Amino acid sequence: MSTVTAPPAPTTTAFRGRVTQARVARAEWTKLWSLRSTRWSLLFAVVAMVALGIGISAVQMSRWGSMSAHDRAVYDSIDTGVGGYHLAQLAIGVLGVLVISGEYSTGMIRSSLMAVPKRLPVLWAKLGVFTAVTFVLMLVSTFISFFAVQAIVTQHHQQHAIGDPHALRAVVGTALFLTVLGALGVGLGALVRNTAGGIASFVGLLFVLPGVTALLPHSLADTINPYLPLNAGFTVTTSTFENSHHLSTWGGFAVFCVYTAVVIAAAAVQMVRRDA
Amino acid sequence: MITVDHVTKRYGEQLAVDDLTFTVQPGIVTGFLGPNGAGKSTTMRMILGLDRPTSGTVQVNGRCYRDFDAPLHEIGAMLEARAVHTGRSAYHHLLAMAQTHGIGAPRVNEVIDMVGLQKVARKRAGGFSLGMGQRLGIASALLGDPQTVILDEPANGLDPEGIKWIRELLRRLADEGKTVFLSSHLMSEMALTAEHLVIVGRGRLIADTTVDEVVSQASADSAVLVRSPQAAALRAALAGPGVSVRSEEAEVLEVRGLAAERIGELAAAAHIVLHELTPQRASLEEAYMRLTGDAVEYRTASAPAAAADLELVA
Repeated sequence: MSTVTAPPAPTTTAFRGRVTQARVARAEWTKLWSLRSTRWSLLFAVVAMVALGIGISAVQMSRWGSMSAHDRAVYDSIDTGVGGYHLAQLAIGVLGVLVISGEYSTGMIRSSLMAVPKRLPVLWAKLGVFTAVTFVLMLVSTFISFFAVQAIVTQHHQQHAIGDPHALRAVVGTALFLTVLGALGVGLGALVRNTAGGIASFVGLLFVLPGVTALLPHSLADTINPYLPLNAGFTVTTSTFENSHHLSTWGGFAVFCVYTAVVIAAAAVQMVRRDA
Repeated sequence: MITVDHVTKRYGEQLAVDDLTFTVQPGIVTGFLGPNGAGKSTTMRMILGLDRPTSGTVQVNGRCYRDFDAPLHEIGAMLEARAVHTGRSAYHHLLAMAQTHGIGAPRVNEVIDMVGLQKVARKRAGGFSLGMGQRLGIASALLGDPQTVILDEPANGLDPEGIKWIRELLRRLADEGKTVFLSSHLMSEMALTAEHLVIVGRGRLIADTTVDEVVSQASADSAVLVRSPQAAALRAALAGPGVSVRSEEAEVLEVRGLAAERIGELAAAAHIVLHELTPQRASLEEAYMRLTGDAVEYRTASAPAAAADLELVA
């Protein structure tokens, strides 16, 4: 340091308040938006959510004449409208892990827990703030994507109105799915307390596990597959199923929520017990 | 007041703190002294509720840290290891901590001014020098204007100017009547700021004493260097119970067991000329080394264990 400063003067303005859940949430809001990595990840998720559906529907419409009759018959502009989640889910999940694993890797968690020694309010605040931000951003982007895609597919009369069966549920369901996915990321980050491990377990659980069950005998795989986290969770985002081996729309989503709740509960227990 | 009562902390096989008991009295600066790996940081983390003792209790103002509704107003801490997200600015780091207690932005700017970080407050903390990082740590410790402040190795890695700044800060805190508990592995640093000393080695209490006492103990058995052309006669004049005289060169005596004044008087009585009469004051550092010597030697002998301990403590 090149500047010489006088030692601190006696203080007068320190307001003597106590820690409340709302205040911890306010602090987590500040923490979330004051990191460049967060802003970029959320921007990526929004752009991915909006742009992927638009891009794919534009390609589909331009090749409509050369598509097979079967492809045309099963074409569903609702699925394309919410299809951006395929990219957004990675950004949201990874950011969910980082929201807490970044604190462990940098040592910030010690500051957080010194300010909030009861600890659990930090976990609840992180979950609350991150899921609220994710839900709002993803709901808005999914709506934009949905309406943009419908406008594009009008040229071949494939459009759906938001009031059509499944349409509104798929749009809101996509935002809900991504929100719970983000919460799962936070839970895994808190459980593993390490960025690389957290992301690896997130990717493994959601994207690698289906590949592993594919190696099992068909009958067994068909029994297990519907219950895998991603297969159960994404049911709420889609209006059509490629095959019947899926749980029901809300039933599957409920299973996904249960997985997330179990991971978060485990994270909460160990957060209170373990040394920081 | 900080009370550490029969505290033991084990990390797996490694015993980091071993049945440690001491209290940090309010209103004074207490130094927490010990070689690296003696368990200082572990003890501080237990005081702050970050680590749980394997057995025993740690209390601040009669309560466990985890039971505080507003811990930042009770006790402020700067840990040795960085406790800041490298991607966040100093301002937002402090603001987020402040918001947990409903402390507003004006106070955040106030502590930033106090520690002299105005110019870099909006920059990423990851780019901070060691000195700037220490200042940010002190800013977070002072955020809630607590009556008790804990600083882990505050002078570590600072340039002379930074060390001077820390000293003035500690003096100011002491003048305000705050309870200050600071750790260091350097006795010289402590002698300038601390009144009371808690000395540990290998996780055990070595001494719980005042700086003055360490100084007087150190000088009690120190030698007096005497130079005289009549060394042989002087040696005879000084002889007595409890007095030992050593001589490694002609005309120079190293006298133990007699104060310099008494030696001068005895020489005068015997009409012996003295050319030099110098008390050899043991430095505080030597006194401290003597106290912790066993602990350090043991650690060096079992280097792998010590290294493992350091890793855990870091």
